[in-house]
Amino acid sequence: MGIIELLISLLIFLVFVRTVAPDVVTTFVMTPGGIDIGTIGDWILPSRLTLIILGVLCLLISIFQLIKGFGRGTNGMVGLCALLLIFGFLTWQASDRSLNLAGMLTSAVLLAVPITLGAFSGLISERAGVINIAIEGMMLMASMVGALIGSITQNAWVGLLGAIGAAVLLALIHAVLSIKYKINQVISGTVINIFSAGMTAFISQKFLQTNQALNRPPLFPRVPIPGLAHIPVVGPILFNTNMFVYLMFAFLIILQVALFSTRWGLRHRAVGEHPKAADTLGINVIRTRYTAVLLSGIVAGVAGAFFTLGSVGRFDEGITAGKGFIGLAAMIFGNWNPIGSLGAGLLFGFADAIGSKLSLLGSKIPAQFMAMAPYLITMIVLAGFIGRGQAPAADGEPYDKE
Amino acid sequence: MTPILQLKGITKQFPGVLANDHIDLTLNKGEILALLGENGAGKTTLMNILYGLYQPDEGEILIEGKQLIVDSPTDAIKAGIGMVHQHFMLIPVFTVTENVMLGDETIKYGDFLDRQRAADRIIEISETYNLAVDPNDYIRDLPVGVQQRVEIIKLLFREAEILIFDEPTAVLTPQEADELFSIMRSLAEQGKSIIFITHKLREVLAIADRIMVIRRGAMVGETTPEEADKNSLAAMMVGRAVDLEVDKTDKEPGELILSIKDLVVADKFQNIVVDNVSLDVHAGEIVGVAGVQGNGQTEFVEAVTGLRKSAEGTITLLGEDVTKATPRQITEMGSAHVPEDRQIDGLVLPFPVAENLVLCTYYKEPFSKGVILQYKTILNHAEQLIEDFDIRTPSPLTPVSSLSGGNQQKVIIARELSRPIQLLVASQPTRGLDVGSIEYIHKRIVQKRDEGSAVLLISPELDEIMELSDRIVVMYRGKIIANLPNKGVTKEQVGLLMAGVTPEEALSEDQAKITEPAN
Repeated sequence: MGIIELLISLLIFLVFVRTVAPDVVTTFVMTPGGIDIGTIGDWILPSRLTLIILGVLCLLISIFQLIKGFGRGTNGMVGLCALLLIFGFLTWQASDRSLNLAGMLTSAVLLAVPITLGAFSGLISERAGVINIAIEGMMLMASMVGALIGSITQNAWVGLLGAIGAAVLLALIHAVLSIKYKINQVISGTVINIFSAGMTAFISQKFLQTNQALNRPPLFPRVPIPGLAHIPVVGPILFNTNMFVYLMFAFLIILQVALFSTRWGLRHRAVGEHPKAADTLGINVIRTRYTAVLLSGIVAGVAGAFFTLGSVGRFDEGITAGKGFIGLAAMIFGNWNPIGSLGAGLLFGFADAIGSKLSLLGSKIPAQFMAMAPYLITMIVLAGFIGRGQAPAADGEPYDKE
Repeated sequence: MTPILQLKGITKQFPGVLANDHIDLTLNKGEILALLGENGAGKTTLMNILYGLYQPDEGEILIEGKQLIVDSPTDAIKAGIGMVHQHFMLIPVFTVTENVMLGDETIKYGDFLDRQRAADRIIEISETYNLAVDPNDYIRDLPVGVQQRVEIIKLLFREAEILIFDEPTAVLTPQEADELFSIMRSLAEQGKSIIFITHKLREVLAIADRIMVIRRGAMVGETTPEEADKNSLAAMMVGRAVDLEVDKTDKEPGELILSIKDLVVADKFQNIVVDNVSLDVHAGEIVGVAGVQGNGQTEFVEAVTGLRKSAEGTITLLGEDVTKATPRQITEMGSAHVPEDRQIDGLVLPFPVAENLVLCTYYKEPFSKGVILQYKTILNHAEQLIEDFDIRTPSPLTPVSSLSGGNQQKVIIARELSRPIQLLVASQPTRGLDVGSIEYIHKRIVQKRDEGSAVLLISPELDEIMELSDRIVVMYRGKIIANLPNKGVTKEQVGLLMAGVTPEEALSEDQAKITEPAN
């Protein structure tokens, strides 16, 4: 890992610093569009000096890690380096131009919502020992049902409930197949994904396309949080936004506390680690696992509803675009922890946002490559970190009472 | 006084097996009752019924004279019954406190864990019963002996009065086992009642107040350590007289067969698990590798048999360098391997007995001509071996998975020993077998040695090593820390070596002198 950090700093020095003209400045616009509270002035940075500072920071981190060895903080350190790299990359790309950094961060947070919620959904289920790769399918189905019911009732809340209901129904199928009938959990999840893709495409083509009134759900409005929304930079990005972002943070806190500080969480994790031990202590393994998968379905439903009710405002085929799978990657990268999953989700969301922003900026890098960025990061992360993490020991193993 | 626990007429039928046949049992307060029987005799089934994991078909359970219905472990725990399972029921990534409180958590403000209060109780229990643990340690960092203490604390935390120990010494060194016995003794003195399940005769005689013997699902006798001895207990267990001593005459070792020099082997995580091991095995001698499981023996054997790449060092078999040879090349040079896990590495379970008997030779004449297997020959060969090695199977075409453990092992022994071999590598050849099968397999191994084969025997069972070996080497943390002739050395001394005590401390001066330099 230290090597990777070293390479990052070299990259900053050798590519970014060398190709930047000495006297240009990079302008970062620090207020997202359409917001009138909590605004501040733009940042104007000398490009080369900024890049040199970033490179030195990276170098220091890598040297620190190579000397001190790699302990629990390794992932965090690598993440920090990645962040420095990204900032450097932006400074380089936007040198002599202006970039709406705050706008990009806002969209990064929004793009992170489905990924992070997907990760939460996955970790609820996997912490109890049931692999849930059906999250993608659940999200897709939920977003379709959310749009449909939202359009019919013209009420975003009812749409959200419908979305959750749809995802929970799929979760129930997954639970019955994998817990009761002990079907291979990956197969069961795949079946649900394929079913959802086909079903949503069918309904979309047959009804939503032909009758547009069925595909015009109301959106959840932006809700500024009093006080907090006025904080510069952070306010507009985190506290003057969509309900789904608040929900994401609420889930984070609830999950973190519930999993690690309550009786419920202890039992939940015990079932995922060693179901037999839990059983001998009088814990109902089967019931715990059902609860886990259904809760996972609720979160996946919220994640799906975000697409149609919180972001786009209509359903299109394949609207989730693999976010459920990236969510699972975020869960693994986040070591099956809520906080880690959020961090990973934000990282992936950020990569996504950079891609779309830079293609607008007229970057030298082809837009197609930027579109690949989040997936490249996913692959690098999975290749580099998998196995390092601590998956629940009984993840994916059906429980047999003998 | 009413006995604390009575089982009356417990019967449990599994498909094809009568696991428990009208078993009666009484346990008095403060007593240690040993339940002795071979593997598969029905001891564990009986205890699982008592603990609520199985429901009996017939019979009743009385606690202090009152009938108790046990539908689940929860009911058993409520009635004060606790069980230390053979395979620990601990979660490695949880702390001691979390493991102990799981299922019976101390909580505050509704559903929040009160770790501090639970930890305080654990410390209190550990002081009362002399079970030293740190409540904040993670289980994965603890040695097995301490993990077992955590299991015991788990029961005491739930205020269990009846403690069931299921084969508790299987994973312990002899010293740890002795420590466990003194813990059990002190628990009994403080009024706890203990059922101790085992098939090891020595332990029963060492610790029990009363002994009940179970055979093929039925209670066949009751005795006390004062009245019984090893031979009488073994006869009760097996149902016939058993020869516990192996007849073995002294034999001068012959030429060098297997020579290992500076062998280093890594496991799949790239940890060094066999660390600079050198060892010679001569014709006509049995070299026993003693050591607690998990000290590198598995990887050592895999390297010697060609199943695992060695990182450094050389292995020479009959004068040829086989360090990089494939398992088949090594087998064809006259090496036989009885692997540690017969069901995973030794047999193809769904295949019939006959096919399992030709797994090393099927591709050669007369078992195949060209690419076609000669089934007639294979079947005749199987029938011959089934008779020679007394394999109890309905037919040569029965899948080997439906045989008992002892007979599965006989299939492997027959396959490996019926070939002309120069070297036998036997890894835990009697693991999990009953006294009768052990006796048989030991005889066969000694017979091979008498015929002039070199034998490398790896076993965590100290008794087995002491009885069979001509020379004993002790493996500890991947190193061979002692290599001494099996003469005059005591079981206690080897036990100390297995626990990592240096030869200078464990052995007398004379013995340490004849020990080959540890490397």
